[in-house]
Amino acid sequence: MKILVCISHVPDTTSKINFVNGDSEFDTNGVQFVINPNDEFGLTRAIWFKEQQGANVTVVNVGGPDAEATLRKALAIGADEAIRVNAVPTDGFFVAKQLAEVVKNGNYDLVIAGKESLDYNGGMVPGMLAALTGSDFINSCIGIEVNGTSVKAVREIDGGKETLSANLPLVVGGQKGIVEEKDLRIPNMRGIMTARTKALTILEPVAAENNTKAVKFEKPAPKTAVKLVSPDNLDELINLLHNEAKVI
Amino acid sequence: MSILIYAESAEGKFKKVAFELASYAKKVAEKMGTTVTAVTVNASDVSALSKYGVDKVLKVNNDKLAAFNAKAYADVIKQAAQKEGTKVVVLSSTTDSLYLAPLVAVGLNAGYASNVVALPESTSPFTVKRNAFSNKAFNITEVTTDVKVIGLAKNSYGLVESASSATEEDFAPSLNDADFSIKVENVEKVTGKVTIADAEIVVSAGRGLKGPENWGMIEDLATVLGAATACSKPVSDLGWRPHSEHVGQTGKPVAANLYIAIGISGAIQHIAGINSSKVKVVINPDADAPFFKVADYGVVGDAFDVVPKLVEKLKEFKAHNS
Repeated sequence: MKILVCISHVPDTTSKINFVNGDSEFDTNGVQFVINPNDEFGLTRAIWFKEQQGANVTVVNVGGPDAEATLRKALAIGADEAIRVNAVPTDGFFVAKQLAEVVKNGNYDLVIAGKESLDYNGGMVPGMLAALTGSDFINSCIGIEVNGTSVKAVREIDGGKETLSANLPLVVGGQKGIVEEKDLRIPNMRGIMTARTKALTILEPVAAENNTKAVKFEKPAPKTAVKLVSPDNLDELINLLHNEAKVI
Repeated sequence: MSILIYAESAEGKFKKVAFELASYAKKVAEKMGTTVTAVTVNASDVSALSKYGVDKVLKVNNDKLAAFNAKAYADVIKQAAQKEGTKVVVLSSTTDSLYLAPLVAVGLNAGYASNVVALPESTSPFTVKRNAFSNKAFNITEVTTDVKVIGLAKNSYGLVESASSATEEDFAPSLNDADFSIKVENVEKVTGKVTIADAEIVVSAGRGLKGPENWGMIEDLATVLGAATACSKPVSDLGWRPHSEHVGQTGKPVAANLYIAIGISGAIQHIAGINSSKVKVVINPDADAPFFKVADYGVVGDAFDVVPKLVEKLKEFKAHNS
């Protein structure tokens, strides 16, 4: 089985979010970048496929040279090879078009991408990629087994889950649950050393339109101070929630 | 030209979000000088939509669509949009709509802006404000295509009544067998419990509760408020509560009207996941817990003392106010 895992290179979850150039760009100064958590769950599942039933795992990112450290980390965790499409990922459709080209040329059986990146929160790349390649698509995937070309997958739904059957080739939008947090791997020294010699191919982007444009960014208005209520005066809390906030 | 919404239903009845979409679309339609059309799938009575400004309802009734199927549903919405000559499609942020939205966008050659939190700032050029960086910032996005797909963030607009007399029309889109290659084998849904996705109020607890055996009072508080229960990441990692209750950046997002955090210190990842909630209350013995910086109301106190008292007082309050 040939698996492609799509990886976003995103600010670490603890990062302070600031903007520069008239609030038009994210301020990367002092920010640590990581594999997008939703992608990392999928990457780990792909490596389990490799270990348990044999698979070749390629990771791909659409991004600049700075994303290579993130791809190397994915290789150190256990991916076999990496591809970087050399373009600035400013629009979900543009990214999906680039990935579709990689999928078409690579004959992948299974494509796993995080259901959403933690920076732009677009939540559109996996679905668009599936539509552009004519593959079936399962989003919010919290479990997947492959037997030959048949797939059993579990999808999270509002208030529960649903089990689906499908066939390869398939695109999956992964999230926590496809593996658990405790299953994530930290690269060991051997992995890091081997990763240095694994292939990282750089491809130039294909022509594609941008369907959206980020005009600018804003930070939420500063929060007014919390109103403290004494634990001995909970009637006041109920009063505030009822009469002031009007939520009960 | 009309604005198209997909009005979601479950077991034939509209979800609340269908009315929120209608309310939002009505306002966008006014700005653009057009009308609102809703497409429904196997909804039994569509008259309720006219309360929220819908002018026309395209009713799809088809047994093949009994179970949700993203590809087929996306195809229905696409054909409805084409029939109406729609330039703006408005979808919700339920799990199902988030699933089908990118498929609709590609089908219509439309740009898609998800997580939109307000009315368009301008309709020409078409710019919207959306959540980004996991609720730590907003992003003003211009959708540059002729047809646009807007994903409205949960609970970001609310319900606005606006009476209209909607015309109803049966609509039979042509469905392709290839749309049904993914099959639903089994659905497990919690019944008789408010889910985090649907809840107006969420009661959430963390490691401050000291052990799973102490969740009785959290359940009691949720029951009296008609709320869903949730928990912090360490609590689900420890196995005290099911993973489905984990809320935060890598867990479920919460956009409730009221979020009550009990014994949760407020790690940045937790806050990111719940920050879209309108009113936040924190109960924590440590006055320096970071949660107090983002909360609207706070009680510095021990959960074991405060929560049972709060439950009793809320019961009295509810007895007098309902």
